[in-house]
Amino acid sequence: MRDTSFAPGRILIYLIVSLIAAAYLVPIIVVVLNSLRTSEEIAQTSMIGWPQRWAWSNYGIAWADFCVAQTCAGIRPYMLNSALVTIPATIISTLLGAVAGYAVSLWRFPGDRWIYGIVTLGLFLPQQMRLLPWTIVLRDVGLINTLSGLVMIHTIQGLSFTTLFCRNYYVAIPQELIRAARVDGAGFYRIFWRIVLPLSPPILIVTVIWQFTHIWNEFLYGVTFTTGQQQPVTAALIALTAAVADIPQYGVQSAAVMIAALPTLLVYVFGGRYFVRGLTAGAVK
Amino acid sequence: MAALTIRDVYKRFHSVEVLKGIDLEMDSGDFTVLVGPSGCGKSTLLNIIAGLERQSSGNIEIGGRIVDNIAPRDRDIAMVFQSYALYPSMTVRQNITFGMECRNVPRVQRDEAVGRVAKLLQIEALLDRKPGQLSGGQRQRVAMGRALVRDPLLFLFDEPLSNLDAQLRAEMRIEIKLLHQRLGSTIVYVTHDQIEAMTLATRIAVMRQGVVQQFADPETVYNRPANLFVARFMGAPPMNTLAARLEATRGRTVAVIGYGEAAIRFPVPPEAEGWNGRDVVLGIRPECIAEPTRHFSDLPGAVTTIVASVEMVEPTGAETIVVLRLGDERALGRVSPDVRHRLSETAQFAVDTRKISLFDPASGDRIT
Ligand SMILES: Nc1ncnc2c1ncn2[C@@H]1O[C@H](COP(=O)(O)OP(=O)(O)OP(=O)(O)O)[C@@H](O)[C@H]1O
Ligand SMILES: [Mg+2]
Repeated sequence: MRDTSFAPGRILIYLIVSLIAAAYLVPIIVVVLNSLRTSEEIAQTSMIGWPQRWAWSNYGIAWADFCVAQTCAGIRPYMLNSALVTIPATIISTLLGAVAGYAVSLWRFPGDRWIYGIVTLGLFLPQQMRLLPWTIVLRDVGLINTLSGLVMIHTIQGLSFTTLFCRNYYVAIPQELIRAARVDGAGFYRIFWRIVLPLSPPILIVTVIWQFTHIWNEFLYGVTFTTGQQQPVTAALIALTAAVADIPQYGVQSAAVMIAALPTLLVYVFGGRYFVRGLTAGAVK
Repeated sequence: MAALTIRDVYKRFHSVEVLKGIDLEMDSGDFTVLVGPSGCGKSTLLNIIAGLERQSSGNIEIGGRIVDNIAPRDRDIAMVFQSYALYPSMTVRQNITFGMECRNVPRVQRDEAVGRVAKLLQIEALLDRKPGQLSGGQRQRVAMGRALVRDPLLFLFDEPLSNLDAQLRAEMRIEIKLLHQRLGSTIVYVTHDQIEAMTLATRIAVMRQGVVQQFADPETVYNRPANLFVARFMGAPPMNTLAARLEATRGRTVAVIGYGEAAIRFPVPPEAEGWNGRDVVLGIRPECIAEPTRHFSDLPGAVTTIVASVEMVEPTGAETIVVLRLGDERALGRVSPDVRHRLSETAQFAVDTRKISLFDPASGDRIT
């Protein structure tokens, strides 16, 4: 059934939707265009404009040559930092969240509700509130200004979300399945590995995408707990824009922003479909 | 040897008492059916036997060994679940061998066991499929296969047929019965279908609200129900239970239904004598009320002929159910389909009085 009539109400809806889409898209378009214009051109004309000459070299400079703080290696090392933080933190927090979600949804143990409640409480604490405690923890374990420190923070904080999502997915798995496996002689981890995990790809894709984009885009912890060569790319971008030069390097900076956004954009383009599907999927057909 | 002993088992969920002192003993080779209305605690009891749930008090003994502190996997049991609980991501073969895999049984032995069970249940062609690709009946078979492959001391079945349509259920019922006769296994089988209970069981435990009402062989449960609950629960259509009073007439005890001219009298066993002059509930199965030409028995006094008006007839094909008026009460009879009654007409019926049960109206317990 498809309504092909153009009722006034429908036109209005399309109009509103288009406006909202434009509001989201314009800044991205401006950045994309500027990443392909020379800085001189931007300085002489305006911030918004069609490239007169395609300045592809902006990308090369942003990637490998541009000076951030005192070093002139582009954003490449910071991209690597971000990858070294995001990939392990995403994998570890997803796996731990899956095990924790499995434990609180399919196994009854004393205090299970409390543990689940406390873990998910983390979702509701503002980030700023957690800064000081993390500072103390990082100092005490000696991980200040290290990538491992950031991995630890993102893993632990990610658990609130990954546990919540996996738990809500796993409660749809029938208890009888677990009981049958227990009678068959399987223990906690064997049941997880052989029965629950094979049912999990939809929700694991969701948590991986979510964790990856959030950790990659995270800024506050990166800028607070790391300096110089240890910073993730989000923090380094700020240093980059703060670099004082004769003429503002808007073209190169825009290219740097585009490069920094590329991983999450790719994840969205290739994984977005699975993300939506996974959110609405049930564990057992 | 007692294969399973349940001793004074109580189960509370928070403050709700779900099982209230269950005592049952089953011999090796018994097919025991736990039957009762929804929510009476059948699954809870089965889960306690399996060790999946812990009783609040009491003991479970399997094969002469107290298993209260033994994990399900070490109780030497196999279980079939209502939802079949097949592992969705595994093939039928892997489903069947998962238990052996967990117990580190060598591959050769596993393959041999799968072959044997697949042949027994005729699922050889399905072994490499996933549960999602099977029909309801096939899934049921695989679930059975998963239990049968283990050769345990005790099989536990929790409503294994309730998700099948009527025809398939009847077929599987016969197969399960044949399997039991062939293998001689000890089975505890939960159902709320009293036909399954009657056809499969060697012993039936009728439960209600966490209490066993009667534990006996099917014939006893059917013909000599321990109380009104069992009388009404077992049998379809259920036993007629009619208000009556006992009187002594010419030195014999009779049950009287109705008053004056229309009163109907049935002879009752002499053991009921003590209730003379008192109200009772008279129970009689519909099949004990039939057309007057029906030959129930040659014994003198076994059959009483009554006159009653017909309120309704329900032809089912094989027989016709008639609704009769007896005094102030309604009763069902089962007559031959050749007999055609008209509504509201008065007709004669033969009643097999040997199978009359009498109950105490206050407690509902059986008198004789
Ligand atoms: N985990 C639990 N927590 C609280 N109450 C429970 C729990 N499990 C079962 N009950 C209660 O115990 C009672 C018996 O449940 P049980 O599942 O044993 O019934 P059943 O006889 O198997 O019924 P059915 O025929 O519907 O399967 C029910 O009233 C149920 O609500
Ligand atoms: Mg049940």
